Amino acid sequence: MKKITLSSLFSQLLLLIFVIAWIAPTFGLFISSLRDKDVLAISGWWTSFATTEVNEIYRTEGKDAQVKEGDYYFIKSNLFGEDKGKQIFRFGVTSKNIDEYQVGESALFKDGTEITVLENGDYIWKSQEEFKKKKGKRVFVSAKSPPSFTLDNYKEVLFKEGLGQAFLNTFAVALPSTLIPLIICSFFAYALTWMKFYGRDILLATIIASLVVPLQMSLIPILTIYNDFGALFGVAAKSYPGIWMAHTGFGLASTTFLLWNFLKSLPQEMMEAAKVDGATHYDTFIKIVVPLSIPAFASIFILQFLWVWNDLLVGLVFLDKHPSEIILTAKLKELLGSRGENWEILTTGAFVSMTVPLFIFFSLQRYFIRGLVAGSIKG
Amino acid sequence: MSIFSLALTVLIGVLVFVAFFHFSNFLLDYFQVKKSKKFAWENSIRVVIFIGPAFIVLFVFIIYPVFETIRLSFYDKLGDNFVGLYNYAWAIKDPDFKRSIINNLGWLIVVPTLSTFFGLVIANLADRIWWGSIAKSIIFMPMAISFVGAGVIWKFMYDYRGPGDQQIGLLNAIAVALGFEPQAWLTIPIWNNFFLMAIMIWIQTGLALVIFSAALRTIPKETLDAARIDGASELKIFWKIIIPYLEQTILVIWTIITLLVLKVFDIIYAMTNGQWQTEVLANLMYDWMFRGGGDTGRGSVLAFCILIGVIPILAWNLYRHKQDQKV
Repeated sequence: MKKITLSSLFSQLLLLIFVIAWIAPTFGLFISSLRDKDVLAISGWWTSFATTEVNEIYRTEGKDAQVKEGDYYFIKSNLFGEDKGKQIFRFGVTSKNIDEYQVGESALFKDGTEITVLENGDYIWKSQEEFKKKKGKRVFVSAKSPPSFTLDNYKEVLFKEGLGQAFLNTFAVALPSTLIPLIICSFFAYALTWMKFYGRDILLATIIASLVVPLQMSLIPILTIYNDFGALFGVAAKSYPGIWMAHTGFGLASTTFLLWNFLKSLPQEMMEAAKVDGATHYDTFIKIVVPLSIPAFASIFILQFLWVWNDLLVGLVFLDKHPSEIILTAKLKELLGSRGENWEILTTGAFVSMTVPLFIFFSLQRYFIRGLVAGSIKG
Repeated sequence: MSIFSLALTVLIGVLVFVAFFHFSNFLLDYFQVKKSKKFAWENSIRVVIFIGPAFIVLFVFIIYPVFETIRLSFYDKLGDNFVGLYNYAWAIKDPDFKRSIINNLGWLIVVPTLSTFFGLVIANLADRIWWGSIAKSIIFMPMAISFVGAGVIWKFMYDYRGPGDQQIGLLNAIAVALGFEPQAWLTIPIWNNFFLMAIMIWIQTGLALVIFSAALRTIPKETLDAARIDGASELKIFWKIIIPYLEQTILVIWTIITLLVLKVFDIIYAMTNGQWQTEVLANLMYDWMFRGGGDTGRGSVLAFCILIGVIPILAWNLYRHKQDQKV
């Protein structure tokens, strides 16, 4: 057992503050996405765990619901429609005095009819004459609302707001944009490491220089090429193959560099032995290098996949904004503009866009970190 | 598009590349066997097959565009007529450009510094505490989130309601609880830049943290123990041993975050779209790519300015690579 010292206690406290500051924003978003949209708009997410007091207006049912028992006509129902776990503690029948009565007491409407409201929202409305109006009357209630969470926002966002489609689109962008660079760069890195040819060092230096070239340098020329290409062949300038190749281009330098770094570390004798046995470079690549590189592939796959999944700029420039092509981040940005006040849509949408990265993060964190650390040692 | 057609497109797209490598190599092997004698061109053709696709992509998407963008920066709106330094002259006089440069400089100073600092402090704290790895995971998590997602998260944090209403943004709720007036944080010029930078720091601290964590393990334990026996305080060990030891790592993290910050676009685009004096070069460039049908000349000038920012890092990387090759 270590001694608990003042400095260790201080360290723990400091770290705890960091952790809370870092997790609170995401946690708040997640909780908010599970809250009812009406509650979300008027109270902070941190209040959602406590029982809150709310003042609400409900309407009773109209004449269709009445039954005659003895001399009186009754309408018996529940103000909430169904039991939602809310507890009414006071109620009223006029807007001037919304909490005039205790639960269980009988209140008189102006027309002489009498209503009794119970804690769970059940009410009995009693009248000597037949109810005539189709619409019911307003009842004001003060209720305690226990913490309640719902998946309604997710249904709304995925199916009505079109985020479900955007989710699929993002997969259709991200998978090839990750696999294509992995395929072509593994051959490239192999050649840079194990094949001798003129200009190899210059090519390697070019890769290292390309690592830091901002992709903004490429946007205008590539967009022009795509537009010309589209006009020449009469196809859309913005398309899935177009963005795959753009992402391949922007991820090429880092993917090659990471793979080159890894391949360099493989023992040279193994390659020589394969050569002596008469294996061609292609055989060596498929039978020796690929199986050995699986962990490196995994790390690079995760890095590039997350990069593409989270990208906004490339998606904005090289894909159309119509529903069959829009990606999650672009959709989310669009919602920020058009539904800026609808926090239930925004928080849920953001969380939907984060599901895949977070899943990868928690399940494959080891590879993710390994890739980042490998990439950071140089470059 | 349906799931099926999307999946098919994806599959075809990937298979094209697999097929290329497989069949070209297969053909080469086939002819080589047939000729039985050592096929003189075998090696060269193999090299072309191996590096061809990657080289074409590299050339089309990186090398050519760099020169093309530089060329276009001397041409007019549509890239047809040579205008000399006109676009550069425009940029120098443009108030948006000036503000973008100042903002970018602010980002370049604040974000790498604080991310690196927080990362280093947290890595040190976490290594000594039994729940440190959970803490590291939590602080690292924003790295997985997109900038737009983070934008929504923080826009919610910064949400503003009138003074009488209940605040639903955490920051304003805290401000009100402490007795201050609620603020529309993102619309207060100059300060709003710092609220945007906070998002980037929130994300990048995780990167610094994991890399420092890995690097800290390489510090010889004897050195630290010796210092402790000599009675050095933890704070002194931090400044006098750990920081000098991690100098290289600090530099590397600094450059990675600097590169990211130079290109920062998504956060500002999602949060303020450059309003309230928050624009940076990348946003201004995006704006000019499409504003009024697009101005490739001005857009290229702005892209070129970003490139100038990375040139020192580029030179340093190439220099280090050369040193490595010599060994």
